[in-house]
Amino acid sequence: MALTLDINDQPHEVTADPQTPLLYVLRNDLQLNGAKFGCGLGQCGACTVVVDGEPVFSCVTPIMLLKGRKIVTVEGLGTVEAPGPVQQAFIEKQAAQCGYCIAGMMMRAHALLLKMPDPSPEHVRAALEPNLCRCGTHMRIVAAVARAGELMRGSAEATEAKSEAKSKS
Amino acid sequence: MKPLVSRRGFLQASGALVVSFSLLSRTFETDAAETGLPGSLRTTPNLDAWLRIDADGGVTVFTGKVEIGQGVKTALIQIAAEELEVLPMNIQLVTADTARTPNEGYTAGSHSMQDSGTAIRNAAAQAREILIAEAARRWLLEPSQLKARSGQVVSENGHALKYAELVSGQTLHVTAQPQSKLKDPHNFAVMGTSMKRIDIPAKVTGGAAYVHDLRLPNMAHGRVVRPPSPAAQLIDVDTAIVERMPGVLKVVRDGRFLAVIAEGEWQAVQAMRKLGSLARWREQATLPAARDLSAVLQSLKAEDAVVADEKITASVARPARTVEATYTRPYQCHASVGPSCAVAHLENGSLTVWTHTQGVYPDRAAIAEMVKLPQDKVRCIHMEGAGCYGHNGADDAAADAALLARALPGRPVRVQWMREHEHAWEPYGPAMVTKVRATLSETGTVGSWNYELWSNTHTTRPGPAGNLLAAQHLATPFMPAAPTVRIAPEGSGDRNAVPLYAFPNEHVVWHFLRDMPLRVSALRALGAYMNVFSIESFMDELATAAAVDPVDFRLKHLQDPRAREVVAMAAQRFGWSSKALPVNRGRGFAFARYKNLAAYCALAVEVQVEPDSCRVRMRRAVAAVDSGEVVNPDGIRNQIEGGILQSMSWTLFEAVTFDDTRITSIDWSTYPILRFPSVPDSVDVHVIARPGEPFLGTGEAAQGPAAAAVANAIANATGKRLRDLPFTRERVRTAVTSAPT
Repeated sequence: MALTLDINDQPHEVTADPQTPLLYVLRNDLQLNGAKFGCGLGQCGACTVVVDGEPVFSCVTPIMLLKGRKIVTVEGLGTVEAPGPVQQAFIEKQAAQCGYCIAGMMMRAHALLLKMPDPSPEHVRAALEPNLCRCGTHMRIVAAVARAGELMRGSAEATEAKSEAKSKS
Repeated sequence: MKPLVSRRGFLQASGALVVSFSLLSRTFETDAAETGLPGSLRTTPNLDAWLRIDADGGVTVFTGKVEIGQGVKTALIQIAAEELEVLPMNIQLVTADTARTPNEGYTAGSHSMQDSGTAIRNAAAQAREILIAEAARRWLLEPSQLKARSGQVVSENGHALKYAELVSGQTLHVTAQPQSKLKDPHNFAVMGTSMKRIDIPAKVTGGAAYVHDLRLPNMAHGRVVRPPSPAAQLIDVDTAIVERMPGVLKVVRDGRFLAVIAEGEWQAVQAMRKLGSLARWREQATLPAARDLSAVLQSLKAEDAVVADEKITASVARPARTVEATYTRPYQCHASVGPSCAVAHLENGSLTVWTHTQGVYPDRAAIAEMVKLPQDKVRCIHMEGAGCYGHNGADDAAADAALLARALPGRPVRVQWMREHEHAWEPYGPAMVTKVRATLSETGTVGSWNYELWSNTHTTRPGPAGNLLAAQHLATPFMPAAPTVRIAPEGSGDRNAVPLYAFPNEHVVWHFLRDMPLRVSALRALGAYMNVFSIESFMDELATAAAVDPVDFRLKHLQDPRAREVVAMAAQRFGWSSKALPVNRGRGFAFARYKNLAAYCALAVEVQVEPDSCRVRMRRAVAAVDSGEVVNPDGIRNQIEGGILQSMSWTLFEAVTFDDTRITSIDWSTYPILRFPSVPDSVDVHVIARPGEPFLGTGEAAQGPAAAAVANAIANATGKRLRDLPFTRERVRTAVTSAPT
């Protein structure tokens, strides 16, 4: 079956069994590395992507549910050359050891920050509860999410300031 | 300091004085004795095995160690850049590959900096001096008049030659010298700084970073159907239905090794499930009674090995009292977040395996033996996996991939383990029991110390094919190597079984258990996690008995000045005191020098025991660590922070569960680990820099102290001593509702 998926603001024509979990389509058909296989059970969050602003376990979400919905993976947050604020924050805080869980963490953090630009550490901990880290990098992950919020607010303020300056001139 | 090495090495083994070494360690030790070169130069002495300078000036550094999330790639590049006087960005690092890099055995035991870091540092320093000598020869100057700087040799009078212009094919094809002209730490520009990890940008942007991300042209996907229990035998399976499923290329059956290969990954998963549902197994109840594991372990046939035996009869204070305690630890999982994965390709009679093994050379030996190929026809290339924390499913997944590649020659086959495979089949960290008995004098000093531990071996890593899971399942199975006890300075199950404290009379025995009711192997820190937990819990029990502050009690028995310094620093930075904390809160302290010869780590924590739920939460932790010469301070902090949190997870939550036949902890719901709501508010790590001192491995230094510090803090908060790991809510509830002790 052919299906068009909106991934990172690009339409992608996919031919696959409609019951195929999104994770397998992302990793194999679209060759996107970000979402990781961790459990296939929705227990660990390594596969987390954002769908219409909500964090979703891609390992248990069949593609037939995703027609017309906006899917964002870690590849959609920026690139090595131009990292987005969440990526920049994780690099700045060196918030990874093996890094296998980190893309999923960043996607859940991204979804949190869309709704709550300035979360408290308690909010961050509660929001990240579904995602597991085995290396014990939690302290840095919490710090990186706070920092990502700062960067996002900063860039939002900068953008506002810019447009204000423009409108004045 | 106590002469640890000299009084170790006794073996009391039912009359027989037989000491077995693994082939690998024998090779290493013999060579070490013969050449006397620093680090892994001992086993690979040619400089150009470690670094090469290309015609375009690029530098390639080779290591036999692998990145497992500990940041070793970045640290090794820093070392090479510093001693060779080149920019880190101009260095390419090649990690373990049997076709390209030195054989440095396993990346294990917090050895990478000591082995590979030392080798690369010395090799780079010697290469720098060779380049300087070559420039001096050309310019007819004295080497002392020249300097290496930014990839060039320069003279005081303005000559400059790039390394690429000085080097020819054979320049670095020389044997290392025992002594190197190492840079003065005061002149370091790259070492000692927190250079950002080179691997993180790709990992946070979706770059190909893991073997899981390897996509070779024409690659097929394999999945293995594991037996439902360790001893299950395959009676029959109707493969025809599965062979007709979409995308299925082949069903592979060899004994009780059952697998499927398909074009697509999801097709392989579906075929695996179908095949699993069609397989009929004969199961056998071979597992021990989980409820009384401690008694089971103590009832197994034991071979006693003396780890330490020291008696000083003169002037020991009369014992005033004797204190005893028994501690237990269950089987625990490595539980990588990413289940093991490998890709293998058999082409023209040569097999290539991409694997996240910790040891490409031993893994190659095992795989070659299993598939009956000469070793030179098998190449193992390391690619990163999810953090492994020891011997997990990595080597077994590589073996699975090799078998499937053999069944489908000409096409690369990728094998990805499912979650239940990793949880049910990885070799666990062994269950252990320890018993301590000590006498205290009237002045509150320890007069004698008697320590016993019951444990299996802590390594069944490949080398022999029989240590690969799939090889054990073949119709003509390879048998696992028989475990042997060996007492060595680094220790195994007995790692850190000898306290670093100065006790006048010590007796330490490992009741080595040959029978392995569950498959076990190396889990991060090996026996040190349990031994340090036991020793450091008991030190607090003794301090309580002697009515002395736990930190003071430790300092009273600690002579090593570096040990004293980390203890004092952790206590001071934590704000250690005996002032009462708010109700249900407690503070705990612990210390160990990992293996008694690697990094020193002292730790103070504060925990809260919630009265209704009996949930334990660490509120904060403060650690002090001495890792010798510091290459990357933030790398050390990251390892210690991670060690504390991982150990807290083991200590509060983790136990492998099983019935008489099957492993029942097979996913994250049946094997819960630390989640974010239980994360501390703060973890501070203070690194003591020791310029000019040898590197001391750090990756496993925090696990033992963290467990004991938590136990001690719970005792401080509740007045109840927990001695059985893990400290689940149920156990905490039982303890706090029990009568006062």
